[in-house]
Amino acid sequence: MDFEIGPGLLNESVLWTILWSDVLIFFLVGAITFFILSLKKNPQNRERWQQVFSTRLGMSSFVIIMAYVAVALVDSVHFRKALPSIPAAAQWQTSEQVFYSNEVNSLLDLALGEMGEMPERTYSAPFALKSWNKENLLLPDGERVRDYPELAFGGSHLDNPEDFSRDIVVNSLLGIAKGLAIALLFIGLHAGWLKKNGSGTTTLQWRAGWITFAIIMAALGWLVTMGNLYHVLGTDQAGNDTLYESLKGIRTGVLIGTLATLITMPVAITLGLAAGYFKGWIDDVVQYIYTTLISIPGLLLIAASVLLFQVWINNNPDYFEVGLEKADAKFLALCFILGITSWTTLCRLLRAETLKISQLDYVHAAHAIGVSHFQIIKRHILPNLSHIIIISFVLDFSGLVLAEAVLSYIGVGIDPAMASWGNMINMASTELSREPAIWWNLCGAFFLMFTLVLSVNLFSDLVNDAFDPKTKLEAA
Amino acid sequence: MLTYIIRRLFYAIPILIGVNLLTFVLFFIVNTPEDMARAHLGDKYVTEQAIQDWIADKGYDQPLFFNAAAGGLDSLTETVFFNKSVKLFAFDFGASDEGRNIRSDVVDRMGPSLALALPTFLIGIWINITVALMVLMFRGSKLDRFAVGIFVTLMSVSYLFYIIVGQHFIAKISRLVPVSGFNDGIDGWRFLILPILIGIIAGIGAGSRWYRSLFIEVSGQDFARTARAKGVSEAGVLFRHILPNAMLPILTGVVVVIPTLFMGSLVMESFFSIPGLGSYLLDAIRAQDFAIVRAMVFLGSVLYIIGLILTDISYTWADPRVRLS
Repeated sequence: MDFEIGPGLLNESVLWTILWSDVLIFFLVGAITFFILSLKKNPQNRERWQQVFSTRLGMSSFVIIMAYVAVALVDSVHFRKALPSIPAAAQWQTSEQVFYSNEVNSLLDLALGEMGEMPERTYSAPFALKSWNKENLLLPDGERVRDYPELAFGGSHLDNPEDFSRDIVVNSLLGIAKGLAIALLFIGLHAGWLKKNGSGTTTLQWRAGWITFAIIMAALGWLVTMGNLYHVLGTDQAGNDTLYESLKGIRTGVLIGTLATLITMPVAITLGLAAGYFKGWIDDVVQYIYTTLISIPGLLLIAASVLLFQVWINNNPDYFEVGLEKADAKFLALCFILGITSWTTLCRLLRAETLKISQLDYVHAAHAIGVSHFQIIKRHILPNLSHIIIISFVLDFSGLVLAEAVLSYIGVGIDPAMASWGNMINMASTELSREPAIWWNLCGAFFLMFTLVLSVNLFSDLVNDAFDPKTKLEAA
Repeated sequence: MLTYIIRRLFYAIPILIGVNLLTFVLFFIVNTPEDMARAHLGDKYVTEQAIQDWIADKGYDQPLFFNAAAGGLDSLTETVFFNKSVKLFAFDFGASDEGRNIRSDVVDRMGPSLALALPTFLIGIWINITVALMVLMFRGSKLDRFAVGIFVTLMSVSYLFYIIVGQHFIAKISRLVPVSGFNDGIDGWRFLILPILIGIIAGIGAGSRWYRSLFIEVSGQDFARTARAKGVSEAGVLFRHILPNAMLPILTGVVVVIPTLFMGSLVMESFFSIPGLGSYLLDAIRAQDFAIVRAMVFLGSVLYIIGLILTDISYTWADPRVRLS
């Protein structure tokens, strides 16, 4: 799906490219927001969410998760830059015709500045000024030596290598100050808004949220400033900036955690409800389907399905215009397959809960006064299942992000054309055994993945505590 | 009991048929044998004849479900469905793309897989339960919250990271054990000790946290309070009252896994070059050898169903109130 926008918005004409996963991620974020807003009407749910956010841990981890989601969203607006028209080709080119680069960029690339466009020849260490490999160099006086060549971009703004440490300190302070300034602006606005609206909900730990936000912004400010001058986390084998690649991996990680669950959640909810509510042969069929799916080892089913989809893609290359579209199709297929293999657990839980609820007196009463099946499900059963859905969504998320790395290792994960932490971690197994060891690729991917998974895990613990009636009883 | 087991085995048949049909649809209808041949032989410089030869060689040239030309009973048996899918029920897995007999490969490779998976599993459970019980003694205190924090942190680390870092520091830098390889017999322990250790450490976070929440649920019940009230020591409450009562949920989570241990671990085996079923499957996936993948899907399902039956039987052993009928 491509559509053109003339010059004006970005000074040069760009071709907005919408990948299917972009559409889905915006749709999903919208849907989740709507879901949360509609839950807000229910006082019981409000109280539960308030319990989550009145802990410092809950507020901080939520802010971190939101930062990841924001980066993923910004990275999901894609476009292709127009290629500069070549005079020699003018005779074939009509005046209006513009050719577009085959490389798909996103708004995140714009925000990160030059970071993605600083290719070196091969590996280089973090903050290095020289390459990691020795090469044959031709000195100005005509002599050939074998030494480490200087990097094309890392630290190229320095006139004199001795300024290195001073430059780092100055730019670090500058970057952190920029990030903090933006953070303070937003925090000030928010604090002012809170004061003006004067809501007396002082139990919410806004301060923890603000501090986390300020730390994230300071870190981002530092990374973006330094990332445009040096390779903060070095470069990988192809000479790409590791920090840039790790940041691009955020979108993949967030998407795989949300898409896989949400694509198939409708299936799980529909089948689980139908089986538990209508019972009889519907129940038998649904139970048969999920027992069959469960009994196939998950990893195997995923591997087999992905393999088959790859065969299909390779035999039908005409459907995809640029490489990223093919990678995107593969990625969506992977999410879908992951969903297919994981909906069974949720379905089983929902079926059991529906069975229990539909035996309750108020449901019988609703039947007796002639309320339709649809209305009973909508008004009496579904609201009582919402906590199971929320808990399973948050719990599945971190598992899926972690699973991506293993799947990429097996060779059925993310296409190498798409940045992913799994692919980066896999490369590390050979890179570590080089001499000297290349550790920065592993570190970059691992740190971002770990932070995301850890905050989701901590958050899901709190959500679980707040929403699970079993833990509620115990506390009472 | 025996009638119950037999009945459960009969229940397993429709499920296995379902698994079989699903894999058949995936492997032969979604992708035709011709697609597979193309994937194998490559797109370029491949002649129509080469594709037909490949298909005939693998036995995919027969009709899918019904062979009208063969006549009689053969019209049902001389089909792809019968030869490639139905025969799996007799554990006749056929030959791999390299022409090796899959069944004898599987039998050969079960041993190494088990040598790695069984100790990891048993020692892992023992350590997880011990850690969870220790944490339970301090429940509600700062130490408890600290321990849960550690569990969650350990859970959030990628499995691959444990393997890569463990292999790097223990085998490559410190040279305490060989980096990878396998040896039959007692001598093999040097190769196995590192993957077993990594497997256990990688599982501690999630495992201990799960057991802890299980024990806390049980320890909040009335009988535990009564036991404490009548003066049973804390250790006595733990081992005589809480542990036996937590046995059913533990068995539910644990017994089902035991048969699937035969399948081995995909990632661990390939990192440490252990010639088990996990690395066998991984090689097959990477070489797109669909015959092996199909056989393993079926084998995995059979083992899982056996696990379910074993779980039910173990209930009667753990809780005398449970009667199978």
